[in-house]
Amino acid sequence: MIGVELGKLLRRPRTWVSIFLLAALPTVVAIFLAASEIAPRPGTGPAFLAAVLENGALYPAAALAIVLPLFLPIAVAVVAGDAVAGEAQDGTLRYLLIRPVGRTRLLVAKMISVGSYTMLAVAVVAAVAYVVGTQLFGSAALPSVSGTQLSTGSATLRTVLAVLYVAWSMLGVAAVALFLSTVTDSPLGAALGAIALLITSGVLVALDSAASVQPYLPTRYWLAFIDLFREPVLTRDLLRGTALQAVYIAVFLGAAWANLSTKDITS
Amino acid sequence: MIRTTALTKRYGAVTAVQDLDLHVREGDRFGFLGPNGSGKTTTVRMLLGLVLPTSGSIELFGSRIGKQALAQIGALVEGPAFTGHLCGRTNLRLSDAAGPGGARSTRRHRIEEVLDQVGLSGVDRRPVKAYSLGMRQRLGLASALLRRPRLLVLDEPTNGLDPQGIREVRELLLELNRGGTTVLLSSHLLSEVEALCTRIAVLDRGRLVLQDDLSAFRALTGLVEVRTPDVLRAGALCGDRVEGRLADGLLVRHHDPGELNAELVGAGIHVVGLRAQRRTLEAAVLEATGAGSDRVAG
Repeated sequence: MIGVELGKLLRRPRTWVSIFLLAALPTVVAIFLAASEIAPRPGTGPAFLAAVLENGALYPAAALAIVLPLFLPIAVAVVAGDAVAGEAQDGTLRYLLIRPVGRTRLLVAKMISVGSYTMLAVAVVAAVAYVVGTQLFGSAALPSVSGTQLSTGSATLRTVLAVLYVAWSMLGVAAVALFLSTVTDSPLGAALGAIALLITSGVLVALDSAASVQPYLPTRYWLAFIDLFREPVLTRDLLRGTALQAVYIAVFLGAAWANLSTKDITS
Repeated sequence: MIRTTALTKRYGAVTAVQDLDLHVREGDRFGFLGPNGSGKTTTVRMLLGLVLPTSGSIELFGSRIGKQALAQIGALVEGPAFTGHLCGRTNLRLSDAAGPGGARSTRRHRIEEVLDQVGLSGVDRRPVKAYSLGMRQRLGLASALLRRPRLLVLDEPTNGLDPQGIREVRELLLELNRGGTTVLLSSHLLSEVEALCTRIAVLDRGRLVLQDDLSAFRALTGLVEVRTPDVLRAGALCGDRVEGRLADGLLVRHHDPGELNAELVGAGIHVVGLRAQRRTLEAAVLEATGAGSDRVAG
């Protein structure tokens, strides 16, 4: 069943179109930067973008910061929201269950499929950005955000960790969307519900008067991956972000399982 | 093969199915009839584990409903459904690979076999979304047959088929049944059930109102249809035994058509045709059920 789900994911044109578009956005930004050589002033615009003209090897991190606020979570929410509700809408959910595929097994397969999509999307964005960045801006020894030099090995490791951290954050989004996907028979509704939660969280994170709830908001620590490029690495927000996403993933996947395994399938 | 005991399903305040005791025997061609909204689909979904019963129990193949039982069932529920952008063969392959009991080594062979059975052997690589309604129905049937199930549960299997297709499906089901497959056919089309089934259950507003062999439904009414051009004389002869008039004859109460014939001919009445009247399935079902529950009268 897991193989079947992965096969369906890879066969689906939507998977590749969305990943292509995700990788295209940082590429377009890079082309504009390279052509004009006008970088945003330090401290403005997406993280790292001010620094990439000097060093293309930093571009994967910049690319993640470009797609992270909106594009990437929407893509993940759409794919995860479609996971169960899409099958329900097509009527294929009932045929899967009477095949029979156990409900828990189905959910696990869907989780792995959505997780694979998330990993694939983040990895492709980072890889494309690395190629585009080093080609357009050239590579030099990576300066850390703190100003010191990073060795190539250390920089690569930090970039990989950044990719993993962003993917982990996106799995939190995926878990919420997957839960909603088991609640409704409308894939659009499930995706929209997850996006609504993220937008609410984004607004509250920017609101000083909501400071008391901010540590629990899903988007609060998303950009903490920037801290990976400090010297020494500032781990406080990274660890909190990792733990917070783990709670979101556990709670919503648990809720998805509880809901799907006791639900009457009337679609 | 299937036995339900006091099976009940409530959705909030609405009782969809109540105290259903259904019994399908091995080798039956079981017709499950009822007006729209009578609970047929809910019952079928409970038998397949999609809808969880509020109370009561379901026994499949002599054990509780579960994975092992479901693996021996092929089903078509409320129309076929496929992944639209993939072709028919790919859909069958993915479905077969998704669950237990579909050996990989025989998969290609089994797929070609069922496509041939349902009359789709020449189908090309076009996606299922480009299929006609009838082709989808055939593909749905193929999917149900893929692992040679012991029990086929079919909900309106001839939906969207032309008369030729309906006939083909009926012949296929008869052939499978002869090979030992038990068939549960849920339908609101009396003619379809009458043409195929050996045993019938009728559901009305969530309750089982009839469950018997088809022959019991089609019992003799005790009336004889007499066709004759001499309606007046025949009527005079039979007197108060006449129960009604036909377009070209009379309906006479008599226990033996042969004796009645002798009596009529003996009196010099020209008899064109004579037939013991049987109750139609339609009459039996209409008698047992009320109006369809999709009818909302003021």
